[in-house]
Amino acid sequence: MDLSTTYLGLKLRSPLVPSASPMTRELADLKRAEDAGAGAVVLPSVFEEQLRRESAELDLALTQGTESFAEALSYFPQLGEFRLGPEDYLEYIVKAKAGLKIPVIASLNGTSAGGWTDYAKKIQQAGADALELNIYYIPTDSHLTALDVENTYLDILKAVKGAVNIPVAVKLSPFFSSMANMAHKLDMAGADALVLFNRFYQPDIDLETLEVESSLLLSTPQARRLPLRWVAILHGRIHASLAATSGIHTAQDVLKILMAGADVTMLCSVLFRKGMPHIAALEQEMRQWMTEHEYESVAQLKGSLSQKNCPDPSAFERAQYMRVISTYKAV
Amino acid sequence: MKNFTTIDGNEAVAHVAYRCNEVMGIYPITPSSGMGEWCDQWASEGVKNLWGTVPSVIEMQSEAGAAAVVHGSLQTGSLTCTFTASQGLLLKIPNMFKIAGELTPTVFHITARAIATHALSIFGDHSDVMAARATGFAMLSSASVQEAQDFALIAQAATLEARVPFLHFFDGFRTSHEVSKIELLSEDQMRAMIDEKLVMAHRTRAMSPDRPVLRGTAQNPDVFFQAREAANSFYVACPGIVQNAMDKFAAVTGRPYQLFQYSGVPDAEHVLIIMGSGGETARETVDHLNERGARLGLLQVRLYRPFDVQRFVQSLPPTVKALAVLDRTKEPGASGEPLYQDVVTALAEVLANGGSALKTMPRVVGGRYGLSSKDFTPAMIKAVFDNLAAARPKNHFTVGITDDVTNLSLAYDPEFSTESDKVIRALFYGLGSDGTVGANKNSIKIIGEETDNYAQGYFVYDSKKSGSMTVSHLRFGPMPIRSSYLVSRANFIACHQPVFLERYDMLKDLIAGGTLLLNSPFGPDRIWASLPRATQEAIIKKQAKLFVIDATKVAHQTGMGGRINTIMQVCFFALSGVLPREEAIAAIKYSIKKTYGKKGEEVVQKNIAAVDQTLANLFPVKVPDRATATIELLPPVTPNAPKYVRDVLGRIFGGEGESLPVSAFAPDGTFPTATAQYEKRNLALEIPVWDEKTCIQCAKCVAVCPHATIRLKVVESSALEMAPAAFKFCDARLPEWKGLKFSLQVAAEDCTGCGICVDVCPARNKTEAKLKAINMRPQAPLRDQERTNWDFFLGLPEVDRRKVKVTQLRQQQVMRPLFEFSGACAGCGETPYLKLLTQLFGDRAVMANATGCSSIYGGNLPTTPYAQDANGRGPTWNNSLFEDCAEFGLGFRVSIDKQREFAGELLQRLAGTVGDDLVTAILSAKQRDEADIYDQRERVAALKQKLVGVDSADARMLLALADNFVKRSVWLIGGDGWAYDIGYGGLDHVLASGRDVNILVLDTEVYSNTGGQMSKSTPRGAVAKFAASGKPLGKKDLGLIAMSYGNVYVASVAMGAKDEHTLKAFVEAEAHSGPSIIIAYSHCIAHGINMTYGMREQKAAVDCGQWLLYRYDPERAARGENPLQLDSPAAKAKVQDYLLSENRFKMLTKSKPEAAKRLFEQAQNDVNARWQLYSYLAARKPEVPSTVPIA
Repeated sequence: MDLSTTYLGLKLRSPLVPSASPMTRELADLKRAEDAGAGAVVLPSVFEEQLRRESAELDLALTQGTESFAEALSYFPQLGEFRLGPEDYLEYIVKAKAGLKIPVIASLNGTSAGGWTDYAKKIQQAGADALELNIYYIPTDSHLTALDVENTYLDILKAVKGAVNIPVAVKLSPFFSSMANMAHKLDMAGADALVLFNRFYQPDIDLETLEVESSLLLSTPQARRLPLRWVAILHGRIHASLAATSGIHTAQDVLKILMAGADVTMLCSVLFRKGMPHIAALEQEMRQWMTEHEYESVAQLKGSLSQKNCPDPSAFERAQYMRVISTYKAV
Repeated sequence: MKNFTTIDGNEAVAHVAYRCNEVMGIYPITPSSGMGEWCDQWASEGVKNLWGTVPSVIEMQSEAGAAAVVHGSLQTGSLTCTFTASQGLLLKIPNMFKIAGELTPTVFHITARAIATHALSIFGDHSDVMAARATGFAMLSSASVQEAQDFALIAQAATLEARVPFLHFFDGFRTSHEVSKIELLSEDQMRAMIDEKLVMAHRTRAMSPDRPVLRGTAQNPDVFFQAREAANSFYVACPGIVQNAMDKFAAVTGRPYQLFQYSGVPDAEHVLIIMGSGGETARETVDHLNERGARLGLLQVRLYRPFDVQRFVQSLPPTVKALAVLDRTKEPGASGEPLYQDVVTALAEVLANGGSALKTMPRVVGGRYGLSSKDFTPAMIKAVFDNLAAARPKNHFTVGITDDVTNLSLAYDPEFSTESDKVIRALFYGLGSDGTVGANKNSIKIIGEETDNYAQGYFVYDSKKSGSMTVSHLRFGPMPIRSSYLVSRANFIACHQPVFLERYDMLKDLIAGGTLLLNSPFGPDRIWASLPRATQEAIIKKQAKLFVIDATKVAHQTGMGGRINTIMQVCFFALSGVLPREEAIAAIKYSIKKTYGKKGEEVVQKNIAAVDQTLANLFPVKVPDRATATIELLPPVTPNAPKYVRDVLGRIFGGEGESLPVSAFAPDGTFPTATAQYEKRNLALEIPVWDEKTCIQCAKCVAVCPHATIRLKVVESSALEMAPAAFKFCDARLPEWKGLKFSLQVAAEDCTGCGICVDVCPARNKTEAKLKAINMRPQAPLRDQERTNWDFFLGLPEVDRRKVKVTQLRQQQVMRPLFEFSGACAGCGETPYLKLLTQLFGDRAVMANATGCSSIYGGNLPTTPYAQDANGRGPTWNNSLFEDCAEFGLGFRVSIDKQREFAGELLQRLAGTVGDDLVTAILSAKQRDEADIYDQRERVAALKQKLVGVDSADARMLLALADNFVKRSVWLIGGDGWAYDIGYGGLDHVLASGRDVNILVLDTEVYSNTGGQMSKSTPRGAVAKFAASGKPLGKKDLGLIAMSYGNVYVASVAMGAKDEHTLKAFVEAEAHSGPSIIIAYSHCIAHGINMTYGMREQKAAVDCGQWLLYRYDPERAARGENPLQLDSPAAKAKVQDYLLSENRFKMLTKSKPEAAKRLFEQAQNDVNARWQLYSYLAARKPEVPSTVPIA
């Protein structure tokens, strides 16, 4: 059986890919993923803020209180070079490339166009096979129009595309007035893949401390429905590859998303819960289902139930909503 | 080609010492610490010495330990050196006698510093090296940064040949910290000076089991004397060897030196003799006066020991008729200071023997100058020569001060100056936190390295750690700069902080036509009107060129925060014209990249943006022709201050301490307490403002305030009838305070604005949750209103201490702190503990304080934070040494107990007069709480009343001793450097003494006061000086060691984690009748944290188990209970999360990621193992009630 797929122009042995998360922070975990049959790995995101803040924080910590008091003109030894987060990350790419046979996709997380295109270049130099651009942006300024927001995404993409030759994926949120149009624009701007969708860390309130806090909630299987819809709608309508992420926990989830038209499925919460070796179990279940249902390859089933190819294209649109409501009432 | 560099004296010396040695045994002490730190840094970077190996640098527990390790290292054949000063040198003396007695070649590099006498001083003079002159070490004195480097090498070469060990000394701060352009010695030049055969000879003499010898014998009257004399020939040969080394050095480098360096006219009749940096100024002055017709001479002493009598006399011009000998030390009771005595002796000896070119005994007068880095100027040198020319010159004089008691001082004309027109002089007034000094050091490097100019920088800091003023003194010009004194005729003065303009006369040192640059929020049109009248008048009178920039705004716009350094640096270069503007800006940018590059691109870009924005914001100001201001300069202290504070301390605070005469000071170093309240430093840009409606009256803000600027009082409503309109109060919530009013007041002018109070406030505004019950608001608009409120608050009655439940924080915090407004860092983690101590026991506390941060913010002039209550009672405080605090404090206890015992005996003898009831009541009083103490004080008052007028020796004696019947609370206080390292032996002995003393260890886990060196308290994985690769070993468990005695009360506390636990520990420790030790986690600026969140860090340390909370109470053991109570729960968080929240640990992940990973894992293991041990100990069921040790 042929599970191979093509994503970002890269030939992968399987569509199962661990997404950017703390799960991919250690080289040993990457090796486990490869051993379990992952098609590729996405390294954790290096944050734009990290590039800015680490340098400023370190400067502050090393200079506060210095040159103020005759006995203590400094408080720390003068160390040579500091390996700030970004340097560590580049080294990690080098190590990952040296240690793995499967493609290594680096991930950059940011909100603005300036500053980190240079860093994209360094990621390429470090040997990453591709770059995932995680554009994490909550537009709260009421003067900002939808067009401004969209242009921000496009500007970042163009800047990074201008800086590197390796394929670039864009991981974005679903919160666009016209998702299809946005996907089209990104496609035209040169995105080699779209990763649908980013899961924002949503705030919560702590009733005891009366503080707003952000904590990580692992995804539930229900979350899978949103990417499934948009993968299905976009499949075959844009050139970019499609990756689905959020709520993909079982082999059934993987199969459904592939049928909707995804080239790869990104795994995160399930690996948090069950560990990297679970990739092998998922693959095994996929194979079993495909065998039972006489599928020969992933290529065969990929997009078979996309909006273009499915028997009822309206099922992915508003009509389906009406039907769901009426069915619900009937029950 | 000459290799110039611009460095300070410490680095210059370390450059040589590091390359010529294999082992360095060190211990931090100001101002020598820099040398050890450089060596440690180079070793951690893998820099090799002349023989291609990386030297071993070892930090010891004290200078005594460092000397012994050096002795051992030398004895086994390694080339070994050390660095120290002052008390550190004193601690090395016993080993120095041994090292010299064994003819062991080594060089001790000493930044000569004052020895603590009536007071401690970190500054420079020769009292330390003079105290070591009997050790048998040769003593070589260098006078400048260039010489300090050169003599480090000459001493190294000479010691190897002479076998006499060398003490190479240079003036602390003036030379050790002066940044100067010098010719750097290359390794080849060093190699040319070090004779390999002599190195091999040193190896051959080493102890080795392959050729065993015996040294360190004990000898008897029959032979000791002769054997001691056996080394004489080495001392006879030594001066010749040094001169040969100097001559060889001259051949290698082109820089000639003499043992006694004469300059001036060859037929001078009047000659000055001097050692150290003062010689440089003397040379400048003598040259200046001789160019104007004088016929003076100067003899600079380089090799002081062995004192070569013949060479000395030969170095003098045969024409000499009168000599002035200046000593930078004081030897009370001697016939003269040491150099003076040597000169007189040498002359007498040579003249008596005849055969010298000198035929008659010149008149010799001696004088003292420059103690504790007292500035030594050309005017003073001229006064010394003037004195010498007088018909009856003063002998044993002082110069530089006004001695109106014994009238020994020479008058001098402060207007006399030798400053050359070719030298540009600049003064910069900055705050410690704004980066002024760093920028100026950088400017000197730029000038030194980018131009042909010579450059010099010297930096003066004040005695406060928060909001300290720094003054940078810069000179540069075409010739080497010999002016080893402060700039007093500046061409350029920059005031980097607008607040200084309110209080200080900024133009005092500006020459006519000079440039004044102000950083001010007022632009070129409004600045003039904002200046005080005196400043306006001075600007007009001096025809100053005035410029203004709003550097704070530019810094803010470019993301630089409060650091205006780069901006002001650009202004300096633009206005001074020392370099063409474009070149200067390019050089600044280059240096920014060099300085900040390793910290990341972001910091570089911010600084470069600041450079680019500067010139557009720099404006000339048109100076009107008359002063129009109505604003006057603020007085240095509040007008209500007592006379002594106004006349003496106020003048010190106002920068006029130099002009105070001898009579202003008590001859025994005594000062009044309760003086910090008069300074009103107005440091805070924002102060906490209380919202009485949201407040839950928990008093946490009051407890944590490091500067005691938030206070609470509970009063009857009638007391508030005359309250100012803006004075806030509300109903007290505690049931015990029902019907009373609660008020929380901030001392707006004393607050440092650290914000720690807001961080710990647990209350939230119900409708706007971002607000707490205390919120930071701009100080300036509130200043007047809050001054009135504060004064009213102080006048409100204090609570009756007998009615306070002292173990409940919200009640206890109503007690008045007797430690307030210290000069500690904003957000200090130590001072809340001291404040708590004084609230609870301050009115009967006798405090011994080890040297360190707490002795500096506790006792550095001009003022002290230790205060007095309404009855005039309060802590009485003294600092003996760094190493002996425990023993010193035990001395208090023994003495007080003896006096109490004797008083008891007298009382019984006088029972007939006093009455049996009172005698019994006094002698049996338990004094367990405030009520008991109150009653005992009443009894003592009654006793004294009965004794007054009783005509007997016993009664008079008892009257003098009776106060000892009131329980004294003896406290021994210091940091971890003291308790874990240098003072540990004494601390251990005191713990074992069984006496009723209370030990408070303010544990910052690092030597904070000397700038962050590793101690044995430093936790595993922390980066500190001498642990640049992260401390590889875990923290010493001092508490566990103390527990092993069984009868010692031991507590480990962290106020930020559990404040009431801290409170209980203090109360229990004091109540315990034997020794008590409280180990208090104190967050510190040396942790690389945001100090506003210091208390959170304490909590984080406890939450992950890195810091345990516990109390070990022997009284529980006596009751058959387990003495150990573990008061913190099992870890709720991972150690790594805590480590990564503090830069002392986090930076290791950036510099040595693999080491960080390993050490952080081990740190977690440490915590797990320690928790296991402590929970086992706390769960044990003791079998017998006893005070037996825990294990």
